[in-house]
Amino acid sequence: MIEIQDIHKAFGPKEILRGVNLSIPKGESMVIIGGSGTGKSVTLKCILGLVHPDKGKILVDGKDVEKQDREEFLSRFGMLFQGGALFDSLHVWENVAFRLLRGKLKRPKKEAREIAIEKLRRVGLTPDVADQYPAELSGGMQKRVGLARAIAAEPEIIFFDEPTTGLDPIMSGVINDLIREIVVEMGATAMTITHDMTSVRAIADKVAMLHGGKIRWTGPVSELDTCGDPYVHQFVSGSAEGPIEAVR
Amino acid sequence: MGLLSPIAALGRNVLSALAWVGRLSIFAAGTVRHIFTPPWYPREIWHALLTIGWLSLPVVGMTAIFTGAALALQIYDGSARFSAEAVVPQIVAIGMVRELGPVLGGLMVAARVASSVAAEIGTMKVTEQIDALVTLSTNPMKYLTAPRVLAATLSMPALVAVGDVIGIMGGYLVATQRLGFNAATYITNTVNILSFDDVFSGLVKGAVFGFLIALMGCYQGMQSGRGAQGVGKATKTAVVAASVLILASNYLLTEVFFSA
Repeated sequence: MIEIQDIHKAFGPKEILRGVNLSIPKGESMVIIGGSGTGKSVTLKCILGLVHPDKGKILVDGKDVEKQDREEFLSRFGMLFQGGALFDSLHVWENVAFRLLRGKLKRPKKEAREIAIEKLRRVGLTPDVADQYPAELSGGMQKRVGLARAIAAEPEIIFFDEPTTGLDPIMSGVINDLIREIVVEMGATAMTITHDMTSVRAIADKVAMLHGGKIRWTGPVSELDTCGDPYVHQFVSGSAEGPIEAVR
Repeated sequence: MGLLSPIAALGRNVLSALAWVGRLSIFAAGTVRHIFTPPWYPREIWHALLTIGWLSLPVVGMTAIFTGAALALQIYDGSARFSAEAVVPQIVAIGMVRELGPVLGGLMVAARVASSVAAEIGTMKVTEQIDALVTLSTNPMKYLTAPRVLAATLSMPALVAVGDVIGIMGGYLVATQRLGFNAATYITNTVNILSFDDVFSGLVKGAVFGFLIALMGCYQGMQSGRGAQGVGKATKTAVVAASVLILASNYLLTEVFFSA
């Protein structure tokens, strides 16, 4: 279980998070929605320790993330980055098996490659992709490789940062379905940040809306359209009129 | 207030410079610590040795041969004013080994390596590859910085040594083919004038310059701002800072080796 307690974060004079509180039970898929620049990525990076909050606590299974052994803590996580964040200088299979080639989870090279190819197959890529470089792949294929890397070490918790950004609707649908299938199949706790409402409906068990540096609303995805919150309603309907200021 | 504003601006700049020195010193200390503590990444070290050392050979060689050749012409012309043309081999050898080999080689490698390292790491930062490394339980300082700094520190003395030989060869070619020096005498004079300290000081300078070049590339890359402009600025700053640090440390090292 992930518990975010009163997280504050400012960059210079700009306050991004102003007391975020959120609980994600084990095995649940939580999607955080919100406009651009509302602090969704910062929240996620705070959990991973990539950004240190100015105030507040983050607990994973009741333990403060700041006080845990970093490598052990991070070995429980997988993450799909917005742009894939694949390492250009490494082959696709080396990207996927990165964690399996070094550190505490190190396996023999042959075994790591086999696992990588199996994970590539799981995300719908053929084994011949394994020996290509990321730059040789399309955006959708890079996302799939990123997804394969995120699940390669079978993590307990998986984060997805804007998983469908920059993809066409069909490829977005494929990625959404893959995420849902993988999360259910692995029984992992998932946290996704997106502003793609199709992704939200495909991936989420629960949804949280971040606005003004705080969680504005949280509830099951089934209540998203009927929750009565004007901010959520405006965001879901994509209306320019409403309490969320739209710059024209 | 108007009267004090230049002083306030000066103070801000001094504080900012001191903060930069402090951050760089912490980064350098961290890098050295990571070089000597496991885990090590042999593949990364090997790759860095290849890209920083081996692939810099052509540029260092070209720089050295033309510098040695020009130096021979200059010394010949200058020394002719007091009828001391015979000193050309000695001055070319000492000039190349002590100063021009390490400094010009260092500056050329700085232009080639500090820029590419800063651009590569800066791009990795902008595209979240550094964050990805962290989430994959890999310390970017160990995986990216330590191998590059180690490789540059080890390969620069070798590059300097090769540059010295090629530079002296450039002087030899000009002296024997254009200025009428006897080949055997030129080589004998060159070998006789060089002492262990001359060669050793040049190699130590090479190691220090290599360390500074890779350190500045990595540091500026890690500090890179967002977007193409951020990476461009990091690249430019890395080359400028590495070049200035090479020239400054060259003076200090020359004081250390030859002031007595």
